[in-house]
Amino acid sequence: MTRLLALVVFLFSIFWLVPFLISVTGRWNFYFTLTSVALLSVASAGVWLTFYIGRINIGQGAFALIGAYVSAILVTKAGISFWVSLPAAGLFAGLVAVLIGLPILRLRGVYFAMITLVLTEVVRLAALALPITNGAKGIVSIPLPSELSIFGITMIPDFSTMENSKLAFYYAACALMVVCFASLYRIVNSRLGHLCRSMQQNEELAASVGVNVAHLRVIVFAISSFFGGLGGAMFGAIAQSVYPSSFVVKDSIDFMLNCFLGGLGYVFGPMLGTLTLYFGWDLMFELGKYQLLVFSSVLILLILVLPNGLLSIRLGWIRRLTR
Amino acid sequence: MEQVVANGVYLGSQYAMIALGLTLIFALMNVLNFAHGQMYVIGGFVTYTFYGQFEVPFLLALLMSCATLAILGALIEKFLFGPVIRRSAREESTMLLAAGIAFLLDAVILLVFGEKQRGVPKIVDGVFNWDFRIIMPYDRMLICGLAILSIGAFIAFMQFSRTGRALRALAQDRTAAQLMGVNVNRYSMIGFALGAMLAGLVGGLLVTITGVNLGMGGPTSIKAFMMVMIGGAGVISGAIAGGFILGMLEAVGLAVLSQYGDITYLVIFIALMIFLAIRPHGLMGKPWG
Repeated sequence: MTRLLALVVFLFSIFWLVPFLISVTGRWNFYFTLTSVALLSVASAGVWLTFYIGRINIGQGAFALIGAYVSAILVTKAGISFWVSLPAAGLFAGLVAVLIGLPILRLRGVYFAMITLVLTEVVRLAALALPITNGAKGIVSIPLPSELSIFGITMIPDFSTMENSKLAFYYAACALMVVCFASLYRIVNSRLGHLCRSMQQNEELAASVGVNVAHLRVIVFAISSFFGGLGGAMFGAIAQSVYPSSFVVKDSIDFMLNCFLGGLGYVFGPMLGTLTLYFGWDLMFELGKYQLLVFSSVLILLILVLPNGLLSIRLGWIRRLTR
Repeated sequence: MEQVVANGVYLGSQYAMIALGLTLIFALMNVLNFAHGQMYVIGGFVTYTFYGQFEVPFLLALLMSCATLAILGALIEKFLFGPVIRRSAREESTMLLAAGIAFLLDAVILLVFGEKQRGVPKIVDGVFNWDFRIIMPYDRMLICGLAILSIGAFIAFMQFSRTGRALRALAQDRTAAQLMGVNVNRYSMIGFALGAMLAGLVGGLLVTITGVNLGMGGPTSIKAFMMVMIGGAGVISGAIAGGFILGMLEAVGLAVLSQYGDITYLVIFIALMIFLAIRPHGLMGKPWG
């Protein structure tokens, strides 16, 4: 019951309270920040899922970049609507994850972490080298998402005709975030989630009682990358441009940090982590050249004081709600 | 052809040293040191400051780099990695810490040394020219020689000294080493300091050729990870092999693939993934590190 109430309060606050507060205070640039947080947390949710099977994934930047490019190419070169290209980007990222995951998911621990880190570089270099991605110049002036209608009924209006496309993007990103986290919650509390937990604890033992480990980890990695692709595609649409440097190793590491910071044991950890990390960084902008110093010091202090994430703070009601 | 091999050896000797430090830290503490590239950059800047600005002799400046990084590494181990490893529920927390330290060192470099590209005057002039088959500046040959010399010294240290034996015991089995009376905390600190010192030494050596700038840290770390993956994490011979293999691949790639544009590293990365699919723990690594 309290959980349902919390969900209602959460939905209410992101879809009504935040736009209301922004329109009252007139700080419109907040929309861009919050939209970014929503999309980055979708990608971080993917990373969190690979953590859930006991793998350290520092390659989400690669899949975000793949998603952004697929969507951009489909929209600009093939003229497909953005709303079709969005799932297509996710699916393509998932497909790539299956192909790459089959060999590299055999690696574990630090080896997997390193190879995924390298993967981020591979995709960036591939984007520079391939002709279809237009090299270092990137793909620019991607049109805003067009109208989506089913049987002549407008589901989503054309973003370019709207007076405030920022608000529209905010709503779209929040909706995407809610859907993604709802499905993540569902996955974790399903049979698949139980199997994942068994893999996290001991892969050999799980395999010995009949869990198809090799099959499962590829599926989980594909879902994870699907989230990454979605987040990346939407990001490209907001920025209306994609470059090979849109998602680099730094972003991959940030995705990982978001999960750590929020707490690896909690489904909503990545969301809280992204919010904290992004806003923390933005708030410290006033510090000028000391920004990175203070930011990293705070980060190190946090890990010293709370080695198991923000959500591990012993507050009974938070733990009950987020479990 | 000879030129390519010479370039490969030159690159490989530096890479092997970078990988050695990383693999040493990994073997001892099971920590993937993200900040390794930043430590390398700090080493470069310290040598630049002493040799380039205060004009002390080059070898003394190198020693300063080593000392700075050794102290830094020891402090990082004592006050950051040690407590976190002891307390955290999941070992992945050390990766967050390592990433945080990488950011912190980046910030420190930015504040102390600035963001400009820095270089120092050449230590020796002249170019070695063997019938136009191998052309190599003397300073590169000197640096390559020094690097190989330090690798030799490091191996000898690990093999024959008391400290080296303790470190090897620690890498092999932490608990058993402790039962044999090795002071685990002290030797973890020494090992981390040694790994950091190697990074500083390479930084100091290379500042004479490539110069140094703030942005070099991240890419250096990635290259070091690749070498460690090729050779196998936590194995000293593997790090050296990985370093020389990557150096050779880079030299060959630059010579052969240059007509197709800048795809050397793309090809190396893809080859590495195929290689790891066949041999997941590298050439000489222990399975699952």
